[in-house]
Amino acid sequence: MGNVLSIVFQRLALGLLTLLVVSIVIFVAVNMLPGDFAELILGQGATPESVAKIRTDLGLDQSLVSRYFGWLGGMLTGDLGTSFAQLNFQTNLGGGGGVTVGEQIAPRFANTMFLASVTAMIAVPIAVTLGILAALYRNTVFDRAANILTLSSISSPEFFMAYVLILFLAVLNPILPSLSNIYEGMDFSDRLQKTLLPALTLTLVVTAHMMRMTRAAIINLLASPYIEMARLKGMSPMRVIVKHALPNALAPIINVIALNLAYLVTGVVVVEVVFVYPGIGQLFVDSVKIRDIPVVQACCLIFAAAYILLNLTADILSILSNPRLRHPK
Amino acid sequence: MNGISRRGLMKSGVAAGVLGLTGMPLRAAATRGGKFTAGLSGANTSDSWDSRTHSDLFMIASCHGSVFDCLTEVAADGSLQGELAESWEASPDAKTWTFNLRTGVTFHNGKAFGADDVIESLQMHIGEDSKSAAKPIVEAITEMKKVSDSQVQFTLAAGNADFPYLMSDYHICMYPAGQIEEAIANGIGTGLYSVVSFKPGERMVAKRVDDHYKGDSAGFFDEIEYIAINDNNARMTALMTGQVDAINRIDFKTEALLKANPALRIQEVAGNQHYTFPMLTNSAPYNDVNVRRAIKYGVNRQEMVDKILQGHGTVGNDSPIGHANPYFNDEMEQLAYDPDKSKFYLKQAGLDSLDIDLSASNAAFEGAVDAAQLMQSSMSAGGINVNVIQEPADGYWSNVWLKKPFCASYWSGRATEDWMFATAYEAGVPWNDSQWDGDDSARFQELLLTARAELDSDKRREQYFEMQQILRDDGGVLIPMFANNVQAVNNRIHSPEKVGAVWQMDNARMSERWSVA
Repeated sequence: MGNVLSIVFQRLALGLLTLLVVSIVIFVAVNMLPGDFAELILGQGATPESVAKIRTDLGLDQSLVSRYFGWLGGMLTGDLGTSFAQLNFQTNLGGGGGVTVGEQIAPRFANTMFLASVTAMIAVPIAVTLGILAALYRNTVFDRAANILTLSSISSPEFFMAYVLILFLAVLNPILPSLSNIYEGMDFSDRLQKTLLPALTLTLVVTAHMMRMTRAAIINLLASPYIEMARLKGMSPMRVIVKHALPNALAPIINVIALNLAYLVTGVVVVEVVFVYPGIGQLFVDSVKIRDIPVVQACCLIFAAAYILLNLTADILSILSNPRLRHPK
Repeated sequence: MNGISRRGLMKSGVAAGVLGLTGMPLRAAATRGGKFTAGLSGANTSDSWDSRTHSDLFMIASCHGSVFDCLTEVAADGSLQGELAESWEASPDAKTWTFNLRTGVTFHNGKAFGADDVIESLQMHIGEDSKSAAKPIVEAITEMKKVSDSQVQFTLAAGNADFPYLMSDYHICMYPAGQIEEAIANGIGTGLYSVVSFKPGERMVAKRVDDHYKGDSAGFFDEIEYIAINDNNARMTALMTGQVDAINRIDFKTEALLKANPALRIQEVAGNQHYTFPMLTNSAPYNDVNVRRAIKYGVNRQEMVDKILQGHGTVGNDSPIGHANPYFNDEMEQLAYDPDKSKFYLKQAGLDSLDIDLSASNAAFEGAVDAAQLMQSSMSAGGINVNVIQEPADGYWSNVWLKKPFCASYWSGRATEDWMFATAYEAGVPWNDSQWDGDDSARFQELLLTARAELDSDKRREQYFEMQQILRDDGGVLIPMFANNVQAVNNRIHSPEKVGAVWQMDNARMSERWSVA
């Protein structure tokens, strides 16, 4: 077990380093985009004086390096800062407490997590079951059909899958709402109903990867001698796969599931925009549009952290699922 | 309405809503009750109840259109009527204005409305670091005096006959004095609807105020819900599937699908929004009026309306005054596409041909680059070779507009002539995007100041007609087209026959004027 713990610490330290690098890259990249917050928020009405005024108010007139370290300093003390839009608004009001980035992101992040969980709840069982069945009936019509369906859904762009689902489930057969504008105080069943279409879209997008990996990992093992032994014992094919092949195939499957779960958090931008789902992806798009760096930074760090943590979880789970790694000589 | 073509209808200046072919009878009286849900674009996560920062439909419809009130209000037919002001009178030089306020009005938190609120609400716009878009309007007031609780007197630096019109600006909403911060945080106004919940960039829900001063003549819904849907497709689908009752800005690509749906109708109104190509008249070659004329005749305007606006607009005549303005000059001869005249004016300028750069980006307006390319092909027949430069959309307004000698731009239009001219044509104002203030604009600038202080409507009409003619002939801004406001409504919602044209969605006042059918 000590081995696992040391891996966790090592990986967490590396993860922190990655986050630092990500924050630098994002900061520089956003600053390299033409136009800054002051120019974009004023639009056609940008006069040199008003642009200069907003820049001084927000500290945009300081150098890149000092702005970055200012932000980093706040970050390390747990202060994500205040979004430019909020700061600008406060100076309009003449001071007064506003909403911080953390408070702005929290409800959006919760919504995205809700969407990701609903999707995972649907996608993971379907993908794993389909993968096992495809391995069991490999090279049959069922296997081919499952492969073609999942591969074509992963190959189409997300917005296209979204519109196909809207066409069939919202326009032609009005079963589900095309608008997923969930809000606080909605009861759970309404919330679930509104979330279903984006969740189904994401399911279509992530299923193929997980299913193909399950199938491949199991088929890979079916040639091993111990599987042959099991078969010779007279076990049914289903039992051979579930009891003997699956436990040994878990490590790669868990890895892929974790990767796809990370995608559910970080890759939902397009789906959220199409369905008007108030998640972190929409907030991210809005913030990039107006170069609201504190919000963009915070969103990116959340995305990066989600990736790092889920990858770490995947590694740990695959170690735990493999006795050889659990008890090294 | 079948027999009238859309263009014919617009030309006649009727600017009426074009009903679908549903044959739904229009009823005279609206009934109270029900809920209205609209899917609107123009929402941001940075939105707030601070009217100084508003610039797009979602917040204008929520704040100015539902929760807050102004002193005056532009009616659907373009005339001015009182909102929180009952009446007003001017001194003969249009310099001193006295507003009589409505009495017995209360804010949603119970505070009574009075003269102090007016003065403090106006002062919000003029602090030293104010970034309010209405700053120039309020700065023109040299003195604000409370005569009594229900009467305020304003003294202006110079006479302005349109001053009451300016008080209908959606930036200048009335806030409760002494509680402005609280009012901005929670949305406390005097409007027909009080806020139930508001999530910036997501949704706004409000319920009808009992015993409102507007009585039973306005505000017919029990509850309104505005949902922020910036994505075109999502907005169209939400309307098609009945999740919202109305949307602004329909997508012309899928317009046929909306038309085929018998439950929906499309409202098309000739508005003041126009797409422009300003030329910097203080730099060569645009400092020569003949070059400007050559360019004006070199543009095929009808083609641009057909291809860029897909027919949802009218041709422009190089004047920014549109059908929705009170003194729109409909007697001016329309500038036509005439390459020969183009060549003629080039000769007058002493040139055989002309090479110019035209900067465009879709940040100016959707389709600006295509429009520039159309101009390139139409102008080549008249001997003008246009080199279209596609500028990056980011930073367009700060790097290209007002800086490049010939570029694409747009204006959403203003309710009055003077307001529009004062924004973008008066000598010395920052947004005079053609820098047209030299000797050849002397007559225009002179008329601008005279007409501003003129209280006699007939004389003003004459003056504004002449100014529009001057702009058409000599002005530095090419205005090839005016866009219509096109929105769609479910037939379960009734809207009056006359729909406001100054802003999208019945001047953003659908919660006040529409009702459940």
